[in-house]
Amino acid sequence: MLRILHQIFRTGIVTEPLPPAEETEIEVIGVRLEEAIKRYFRRSLTIREIDAGSCNGCELEIHALNNPIYNCERFGIHFTASPRFADILLVTGPVSINMEIALIRTYNATPNPKFVIAVGDCGYNGGIFGESYASLGGIGKIIPVDVYIHGCPPKPADILNGILKSIEDSRPT
Amino acid sequence: MNVLIQITTSILGSDARQDNSQYPATMPLYQIPKERFAEAAKSMKTAGARLVAEWATDETSFGKGFGIYVCYAKDSEYLIVKTYTPLNDPTFPSLTKKFVPAYRFERQMRSLMGVVPLEHPDSRPWIKHEDWPENVYPLRKSFDASKPIPRVKGEYQWIRAEGEGVYEIPVGPVHAGIIEPGHFRFQAVGEDVINLEEKLGYVHKGIEKRFESISWEDGAKLAGRVSGDSTVAHALCYSHAVESMTGCNPHGRALWLRALMLERERIANHLGDIGAICNDAAFAFMLYQLTILKEKLLRTNLKIFGHRFMMDKIIPGGTSVDINKDAKKEILAEMDWLTNEFERLVTIYDENPSLEDRVRDTGILPPEKAKELCVVGFVARASGQEMDCRILSPFPPYDRIVPKMTVLGSGDVHARGWVRIEEVRDSIRLIREILNSLPEGKIREGFTPPSPDKSGFAIVEGWRGEIVYWVQSCPKGGINRCMVRDPSTVNWIALEEAIHGNIVPDFPLCNKSFNQSYSGHDL
Repeated sequence: MLRILHQIFRTGIVTEPLPPAEETEIEVIGVRLEEAIKRYFRRSLTIREIDAGSCNGCELEIHALNNPIYNCERFGIHFTASPRFADILLVTGPVSINMEIALIRTYNATPNPKFVIAVGDCGYNGGIFGESYASLGGIGKIIPVDVYIHGCPPKPADILNGILKSIEDSRPT
Repeated sequence: MNVLIQITTSILGSDARQDNSQYPATMPLYQIPKERFAEAAKSMKTAGARLVAEWATDETSFGKGFGIYVCYAKDSEYLIVKTYTPLNDPTFPSLTKKFVPAYRFERQMRSLMGVVPLEHPDSRPWIKHEDWPENVYPLRKSFDASKPIPRVKGEYQWIRAEGEGVYEIPVGPVHAGIIEPGHFRFQAVGEDVINLEEKLGYVHKGIEKRFESISWEDGAKLAGRVSGDSTVAHALCYSHAVESMTGCNPHGRALWLRALMLERERIANHLGDIGAICNDAAFAFMLYQLTILKEKLLRTNLKIFGHRFMMDKIIPGGTSVDINKDAKKEILAEMDWLTNEFERLVTIYDENPSLEDRVRDTGILPPEKAKELCVVGFVARASGQEMDCRILSPFPPYDRIVPKMTVLGSGDVHARGWVRIEEVRDSIRLIREILNSLPEGKIREGFTPPSPDKSGFAIVEGWRGEIVYWVQSCPKGGINRCMVRDPSTVNWIALEEAIHGNIVPDFPLCNKSFNQSYSGHDL
């Protein structure tokens, strides 16, 4: 026990400030969220992650959001086991034919207001797997997507920035 | 002389004919008549060989029917046995009664290639789900892979358990955590699991078919995305297979850099896994500590190799990235730091009785079962099986720097965790050796595509275990077939066996101790 306490003390706080987003890598599309939704999401954002057919590379980086260095909980972001509790669906992969129904059901099980962030190049257009008999291509072909985060896989800071960007107040145009 | 060849030729006599289109020459391929296919398997079983992989090819472009292939291995020796079956009678004798892993390989061959294993005990599809039309066989050349398959009505016949107090728990495909999709169906009485049945295939993206429509160079990129966590090992194995067909020998420096990346991938994944095992035993402290170490390694990867997972850094002909003197110093210093930090945490793991209570004697895969299931990698080594293809079938530089093999006999969650701990330690040693004797030279050779009608084979010990690629070129020169066998393909079934006699709440812990890839299995 003493060793554990010592190790915790030695480690201290390793969480880093989040580096600014590289503008090119995150693409917010579709209509802007209503003000009320934004206010609602700001301090507590619950995410349900869905792998719709990825190679698991994106999952590794989404996992990293929970490590002490990125520490996504400091922004009030946490991952939930059930879509019923989710505000955001974070979806990876090209949509495989065998995951299409599960993806739609999970989307339908998520209460409104909700929005969808597609993570990775595959989530954008199928990536290297393209569109085929088994890969239906990007997430947007199956469910409405609000934000795309590009990269193969996108780095944890990019994913976190993408999530934050999608909920921040939109600037007046 | 290869013992497996001796057995095959002595039993089958002149019926076994060596096929000279197979590379490298150390991986012999013998063609035998279909009616003696099962007999050959029996002799392999008697000789104590294991079944590595079984797959089918559509060889109509060669003017032939379907090729049925099976690969056996015993210690350091590998042998591929091939037979043909005509288009108008696409059947072959099932090997499932001789070798358990053939059970899923053959269901998959039937589902995706439409070749029927005769007397196979299970006619349900595998990978192909119940809502696919019956007569759709994506791996056949006549199949149009550009359109999604239409859905039909269908129902999967689950194994049922009946009796007083028996209930069922369906889990997935969307799981509770940030993990890949798959379906598990438990039958339980009270807390005790009486049966677990896996249904996989949810992340089937048609990777094997995709290989057939891309260039040899792009093949390495696709191989690097078969299972993202093993991107280095898969790209390396694909490159080895393709290089064996062309006689391309990358320069020493490239080979040593590849090994450097392979060992860094092993350490990063093992660190994550050891932490995740502890986390599933409610010891979150270890997960957070180890993910800090993992994150630092990934950042060094990004700085030195240009990608956190080193994706696309291994290409046919060599590597696409070199390291300089500063990078070498930085990695050596990182290894000193890592050893120090890691050993502190290992001591904490080792001295924690409540953790020990959860991981010992949980999810036992007994050695005899491991042998019967032909499992590979740390799953095999934790259950008393001596195998590591870096040691048994070494490719350079592993012929010069010999890895240490850790074999434990208990086959429980602890053993699977502890093998990983020892492997992290050994990979740190290997990285030091690699950097201290890294030869100078070019990092890539010119790569010429393989000539038509050849096949290449390679095995690489990734962090999960033995990865196998078998690649065949078309009569016109492109990729005719690329068979991918991730360790998960054979190891998933071991989880069904290891869970017997455990309680439902221990399933996540058992599952994490195996941590097999869904994507690598489903392809």
